[in-house]
Amino acid sequence: MTTQRSLGRKTVVSKVPVKLLEQLCNAVGVSGNEDEVRRIVIEQVKPYVDECTVDALGNVLAVKHAKKKGALRVMFAAHMDEVGFMLVQDDGEGLFAFEPVGGIDPRQLIAKPLLVGKDRVEGVIGGKPIHLTKPEERRNAPQVSSLRIDVSPGSAGKVKVGDYATFATRFHRAGDSLFGKALDDRLGVATLLELARVNPGDLEVLFAFTVQEEIGLRGARVAAFDFAPDMAFVIDSTPAFDLPLPDEDSENVQYNCRLGAGPAIYLADAGTISDPRLIRFLVQLASENKIPYQFRQPGGGGTDAGAIHLTGAGVPSVSISIPGRFAHSPVLHARVQDWQNTLDLLQLILIHADRSILAVDRS
Amino acid sequence: MKELLQKLTQTPGASGYESAIREVIREEISPFVKEIKVDALGNLIARMGEKKANGSRIMVAAHMDEIGVIVTHVEKNGAVRFSNLGSVIPRYLPGSRVKFLNGVRGVIDSDKPEDLAKIQPMNQFFIDVGASSEKDCPVKAGDVAVFDREFADLGQRVASKALDDRSSCALLVEAIKQIKETPHELFLVFSVQEEVTSRGATTAAYGLDVDLGLALDVTPVGNLMGIKMQVDLGKGPAIKVRDVGFIADPGVVNWMVDGAKAIKIPYQMEVLDIGSTDARVMQISKAGMRSGVLSIPCRYVHSPSEMIDMVDYEQGLKLLVHLLSQPVKLR
Amino acid sequence: MEKIEAFLHSLMSSPGLSGFEKPVSEIITQAWQPLTDEISYSPLGSLHALRKAASSEPRPSLMIAAHMDGIGLMVKSFSRGFLRVTQIGGIDPRVLPGQLVTVHGVREITGVVQMIPDRFLPASAAGKAPVYDNLFIDTGLGENELKRVVRIGDIVSFASQPLDMGDGYISGHSLDNRASVAALTVCLEELKHYNLQWDLWCAATVQEEMHLIGAYSSTFHIKPTLGIAVDVTFAQEPGLKDHTTFPLGKGPTIGLGANIHPLLHKRFVETAKEIDMPYAIETMPRSSGTDAMAMQITAAGVPTMVIGIPIRYMHTPYELTTLTDIRRTGRLLAKFITSLEADSLTGLTRKEVA
Repeated sequence: MTTQRSLGRKTVVSKVPVKLLEQLCNAVGVSGNEDEVRRIVIEQVKPYVDECTVDALGNVLAVKHAKKKGALRVMFAAHMDEVGFMLVQDDGEGLFAFEPVGGIDPRQLIAKPLLVGKDRVEGVIGGKPIHLTKPEERRNAPQVSSLRIDVSPGSAGKVKVGDYATFATRFHRAGDSLFGKALDDRLGVATLLELARVNPGDLEVLFAFTVQEEIGLRGARVAAFDFAPDMAFVIDSTPAFDLPLPDEDSENVQYNCRLGAGPAIYLADAGTISDPRLIRFLVQLASENKIPYQFRQPGGGGTDAGAIHLTGAGVPSVSISIPGRFAHSPVLHARVQDWQNTLDLLQLILIHADRSILAVDRS
Repeated sequence: MKELLQKLTQTPGASGYESAIREVIREEISPFVKEIKVDALGNLIARMGEKKANGSRIMVAAHMDEIGVIVTHVEKNGAVRFSNLGSVIPRYLPGSRVKFLNGVRGVIDSDKPEDLAKIQPMNQFFIDVGASSEKDCPVKAGDVAVFDREFADLGQRVASKALDDRSSCALLVEAIKQIKETPHELFLVFSVQEEVTSRGATTAAYGLDVDLGLALDVTPVGNLMGIKMQVDLGKGPAIKVRDVGFIADPGVVNWMVDGAKAIKIPYQMEVLDIGSTDARVMQISKAGMRSGVLSIPCRYVHSPSEMIDMVDYEQGLKLLVHLLSQPVKLR
Repeated sequence: MEKIEAFLHSLMSSPGLSGFEKPVSEIITQAWQPLTDEISYSPLGSLHALRKAASSEPRPSLMIAAHMDGIGLMVKSFSRGFLRVTQIGGIDPRVLPGQLVTVHGVREITGVVQMIPDRFLPASAAGKAPVYDNLFIDTGLGENELKRVVRIGDIVSFASQPLDMGDGYISGHSLDNRASVAALTVCLEELKHYNLQWDLWCAATVQEEMHLIGAYSSTFHIKPTLGIAVDVTFAQEPGLKDHTTFPLGKGPTIGLGANIHPLLHKRFVETAKEIDMPYAIETMPRSSGTDAMAMQITAAGVPTMVIGIPIRYMHTPYELTTLTDIRRTGRLLAKFITSLEADSLTGLTRKEVA
């Protein structure tokens, strides 16, 4: 770090808003159809910010002004959208062909309950009786084209082609564990909503609740253009692969990140090489305040930072993710402790971020 | 203890041909029991104890039979063709020796040694009894043999043929000798033909009027036919929760767990994806019998050298004696 | 009969895996107690409810069996902080990734089934359908806590809650065979105001999914003159529309084949016609795969019948059927029972050869 100044904590830290996360996770917001989540975000953020707008794509852009003009512009982004489905063909009697919106492994689909359409009609993706399948067939992963969403003849008229659907999983907490659909990235959204309650003082704080991350980072690109920030922090959820291996005795060397080990700071993914100055800043913040953190294993994958850091003349960017198991499946699993540590770290950014971080050239 | 194990494992008794082993067991237990009978299929059924107010009628079964082979044809050149009695595992055959009930010994090989990496059908193997022609061959179609392999004392562990299920027979014999007082009327069944789908236990259970059934058998340890087992050797007897054909009565399982805890012995819970035991047929006998299984962990099941740990055996014996000496509480 | 829906919901919200039927047995007992004269349990846990006939003894008896057990999973081993499982009853492992389950340990804990990610699998298994060896349950509990709460052999049930899909259509786990238990309850309700000529034994049997274990012992105990198994059958569904599947919501099926006494088949077809009830004939050339297989060959043999309720997605956590067919099945059974005269059909069991 170029400065020798202390980055020790200077305020009381707030607790993560679990109830709000529950509301956000149970809301339906497939990429391109983020309405329900957007409503919650606006309602929650508006009382605490100076400006709140919805842009052409549907991003919610919220700004807290600095006391002085010319302050450092710090952007925080989290995406509102989740993976889901769209009905594409009506086979009659409540049966619909569908296509996934966002990357979903077809092996996660069979025998899952769904919420379909604006009225949240209950449906299921049916699974063939084991009695009527041959062993060879059971060795094959299912193909989306042969699966159907079934809302039953009883609800046949209540949904139509073009309607969106999501997994119907209800959020629940068990001890330190959080289970639910769409924790990717409602965890990030809830974090930013809590962050917006803190008074930054010397910073121009720019919150982008983005759309369409899961299908190509589309919202983040235009949000960053609009904000033209000096630096950007992207808050997402990254997969924790700290899972059983086929050979119990072998060592897991591809865990990506681990549940319980704190916020995962990105060094490099398929879309972004994080700004080293921001990484040093985050590491010093975490170390001096005894916040556990981990580096996400460099490799594939990507976040909104991939779009943001290439916007305009370029934006120094880094992603910080809350570890979550089973991304893009019906039930994700994250830890309250990791989330709390992430929120703590972000609040310290608000307290300590200044121009000195970027005073040296990127190395 | 090892002497009894050695005696019981070395006596031949293929499924359906259990008379020799039955006589050995009868001699061991007759001074200790009230009554002994042999039923129509050859089960040896001993009775001991009188049912007291707090007692039950309990059937305990350990099967006397072992897997074996039966001659189907003797070729002109003296090669003996055979079929299996019970699940004989082909890969254990080449190089094995067998002993016929008439004392004749022979060695097994395959017609196609180059195919040994594959699973070969039984008719691809032959027994060589040293005969040069059909005429001088000392065995004929219908003769029965079992593996010929001596008992090996390896210290804490022992290896032998037929530890499945003579180790349980030995356990039951020793329990009969050790039980001094019991509130129960006990029916101790040394059953026949378990290896060919528990036919002996089927009729034995039907012939008895009991409240509770307990089968004693070995459970495979390690990797059998590509299925990984969870139970280990040396970590105590196993209490079966389920196997392919049987879900143990939850009350009986808890009764056994409580017993193991009361006498402070280690035990293992067993969930098995292969095989079954006499308890399967005991459970569905007549209007139904609440049943469970006490298992002795065993390596290399159905090979000529099965292996058990004497610690498991001794603790299994303690548990069995305890269970049969105390009033039964099913929760 | 409005409350049948609530009753079925409570049945579908109850675990009751094969061998562990107590929770569901208690619910059925409550429902059947006021509708029958005597309730008893077999040593294996099957529930036997007797509705006594008004005629003088000796009188014939009819046994209707509907199995109450359901499919599920069982803890097989620990893998660090995760659980490995095996199946109770046949479950295609492809329905399991992402499935919420309840682990019945010292206390109930919720977990999610997932598969080992492709990145850890050998190339031959990556991208393929999951197999049991590559599945695990994540409960969120740490390794030590997990071992305190769970032991090997504990059962794991589907956590899927019943879905009301409108117009009487419902989805959830264990419609196989709680739908039939509900149908039998409808039948008992219908019979409330009738005097019966035959003793009626309603048996909610155990362990059907494990080789029909309950049906053998219950039939041996009851020794009925006639036996009927009510079980679910395959409804037409996406990708399945041939003679082994039947239209959803178009009435029960009436079995036909070696497991069915021809005369009983005929009587049921006549009964359905008499009350204008839609039905389908279900051909069963070899086995019915139901409790009737065990009933038929128990003791000196019992003439048997099979009635089916079509459901979709059998043996998955979200099976689907309609209350309409459940009610129809109950009414069909009741009509058959009330049409039994003291001496009708008794000749089916044993005849002197002239």
